Amino acid sequence: MILARIKGNVVATVKHPCYAGQRLLIAQPIDEKGNDKGDSFLACDSVQAAPGDVVLIEREGNTARQILGTPNDPFHSVIVGIVDKITT
Amino acid sequence: MQLAKVIGTVVATTKDSALTGLKILMIQPLTDELKSSGGSIAAIDTVQAGIDDLVHWVTAREAALALPDSFVPVDAAITGIVDQIDFSSKGIEDKQKIFET
Repeated sequence: MILARIKGNVVATVKHPCYAGQRLLIAQPIDEKGNDKGDSFLACDSVQAAPGDVVLIEREGNTARQILGTPNDPFHSVIVGIVDKITT
Repeated sequence: MQLAKVIGTVVATTKDSALTGLKILMIQPLTDELKSSGGSIAAIDTVQAGIDDLVHWVTAREAALALPDSFVPVDAAITGIVDQIDFSSKGIEDKQKIFET
């Protein structure tokens, strides 16, 4: 699992049928201080995360499919939690 | 799952039989600011994307799952054509309180 900040959401009309009804958000990986780390990527949402939220993301396909309950769909990253506080 | 821009098409006559009938496009992975992120990649198209389209794509085992037959030697697939990226980030300042040292 990694920490990330949600930067925005992606709208697509023409898409793979599996993506119908899924929210697709832009996630920027961050470190424990909140600084950006690496390039942004896209993730499906399972916790109603919003832009600005700091979240936990699974970047592994089997986990993503288990959480979304879709064993044969092409999902690779899924948001699994909204972070309240990080103490270092 | 990442953004990319379609930069070209690939034609291959001699290929694995499982790839017959699949459309191959060259894509350049992008960040949300539409800057290049790594090198270009050949990806299978599932949404009839064209050159210069902004798309989202998936890599690894999930790429094969996007295809009708999921037991194919494919590690990148285009899964959607992006219409809009929305950066409304209300309340981002409040979220700074999350980090405590």
